[in-house]
Amino acid sequence: MPAWIDAHFISLLNGLAIGSLLFILAVGLSLIFGMMDVLNLAHGVLFLAGAYAAWWLAGASPSWPQFLAAVLVAGAAGALAGSGLSLLVERLARRSHLDQALLTLGLTLIAADALSAAFGDDVHTINPPPGLDGSALIFGKAYPVYRLALIGLGAVLAAAVHLVVERTSIGALIRATVADRHMVASVGVDERRVKLAVFAVGAALAAIAGVLGAPVYGARPGLDGTALLLALVVVVIGGLGSVRGALVGALVIGEIESLGRAVLSNLASFVLFGALALVLVLRPRGLFGAASGARS
Amino acid sequence: MTAQARRRLAWLAALAVLAVAPLVLGTYASATLSRILAFALFAASLDLLVGVTGLPSLGHGAYFGTGAYAAGWVAIHVTRSGPVTLVAAAVAGAVVAAIAGSVAVRARGVFFLMLTLAVGEIVEQIAQSWQSVTGGSDGLYSIPSTELAGISLGDVRWFCWYALGVFAAGMAVLRCIGGAPLGQTLRGIRDNEPRMRALGYRTYHYKLAAFVIAGAIAGVAGGLLAAQQRLVTPADLGFASSVPVLLAVIIGGEATWWGPCLGAAIVVILRDVLGPSLGGHGSLVLGVVFVAVVFLLPGGLARIRIGAGAGPARGTVR
Repeated sequence: MPAWIDAHFISLLNGLAIGSLLFILAVGLSLIFGMMDVLNLAHGVLFLAGAYAAWWLAGASPSWPQFLAAVLVAGAAGALAGSGLSLLVERLARRSHLDQALLTLGLTLIAADALSAAFGDDVHTINPPPGLDGSALIFGKAYPVYRLALIGLGAVLAAAVHLVVERTSIGALIRATVADRHMVASVGVDERRVKLAVFAVGAALAAIAGVLGAPVYGARPGLDGTALLLALVVVVIGGLGSVRGALVGALVIGEIESLGRAVLSNLASFVLFGALALVLVLRPRGLFGAASGARS
Repeated sequence: MTAQARRRLAWLAALAVLAVAPLVLGTYASATLSRILAFALFAASLDLLVGVTGLPSLGHGAYFGTGAYAAGWVAIHVTRSGPVTLVAAAVAGAVVAAIAGSVAVRARGVFFLMLTLAVGEIVEQIAQSWQSVTGGSDGLYSIPSTELAGISLGDVRWFCWYALGVFAAGMAVLRCIGGAPLGQTLRGIRDNEPRMRALGYRTYHYKLAAFVIAGAIAGVAGGLLAAQQRLVTPADLGFASSVPVLLAVIIGGEATWWGPCLGAAIVVILRDVLGPSLGGHGSLVLGVVFVAVVFLLPGGLARIRIGAGAGPARGTVR
């Protein structure tokens, strides 16, 4: 192995793990935008709610049933919240982007305040479930097994979302709604139900990402802002309404977050902005931004 | 009396009332008034973007906070002179706005919302991590009291008059820009950007100019707040500062000269005066107000236009 890669091997792997988590978080944000033209600023608080759900249902050192229960509950609650958001935003369908963003922003403030009232302002750390809490040797370096599992899960989910969007009739409907929702409506499909479903699934994925991220990031006030920022940058870099863009953007941002902090420490935030600026100057619609129609 | 003369009279009357206020109000209320003035100037600078140019920024706190840090840093390390700190604040706000704006202004619609939000959060992260200059998460504290022409403004009343002077000067600059050809061009861009481009205007340069001017004035407002609070923290840069100011503009009604100022007063009173008595749930109140305004006051919001060709021009309120 080249010396540079050898020196930063752990950071590279960390970047992949963060990228996997970011993909799960951001793919919903990207599709919700591509489909409804809505900037959902409540996406970060869904992630935080998932993290708190992990701490509340599974505690600091969860068993497998507890951890899986947290994933299921967070997913169900996220889907419910997403449906509610979708219905509220639908009422503002004829208003400006800013109005819709402001609505989700107001709900975010309310939800974040409720969460910190319920769980306090302390930082809660959560261990991975048993079997994943150790570390494994990779090329002679110890690495946490849980993060390896995250990388694997991210890959599986990316493949699954790709197959659903690209190869199923539901996926065709989703792509068609992103491309031209009026046409979808006029051929007799109730596009509001498609939007509701995508909003629900996207929100559920954000909450599940919160549970899965809990062993890495813990649960604390302010995590919602961090999650929202990273998801936004991923979506801007990858392009709105694109699954492949969300994946590439998530991996790029994951590596910048991890390698950037390891190599440049304090400059990582500048690098984040630099990447954002570079992509927008060269490709204003993002790397895989769909001018028309969602591409996986 | 012409409409313009009436407006001028209303302006002067408002300034006169504010000038007398510190004589009547107690110490705490005068300090709150100073904060309201700083915040009102901040809101008015955001209105140059949201109301006049049609660029709804979700990260305006970045320039306000940069100005606050610059003013605080200069006051601690260089001089306590008020004008010098404010010039430093304006320059710092303008520079950061120029860097961020040169990217953000290219984007439109939701992309612009996302980018400005991301810039605000990134600037907050920088303030958190650049320990040697910004003091990290502790922020800059024990900022010395401001001096003006050799007179210390440690007294709350004197500071309030100083804040009023800065506020009036900042508002005058904004009003001049609003009335000048630049302001007319910006309003044209808000109402129909493709047409302005077809008429030969380089809309990118105009939008960037508006962004930088708004950043500079937000910086001055931040410098004023730093001098009032004697403390700057990373929270002054990020979400926690960008969101209330946007709420102030939205509540007050954008593109009017008094709306954002009134909105700023309402927000500061809600957050700083009533907030503590609600057990620290100030942000909950702000959230509820946001949702209520979006659903119940659509008339005030409808004038905002983002993206190109969003619709015909509506009557501008001036």
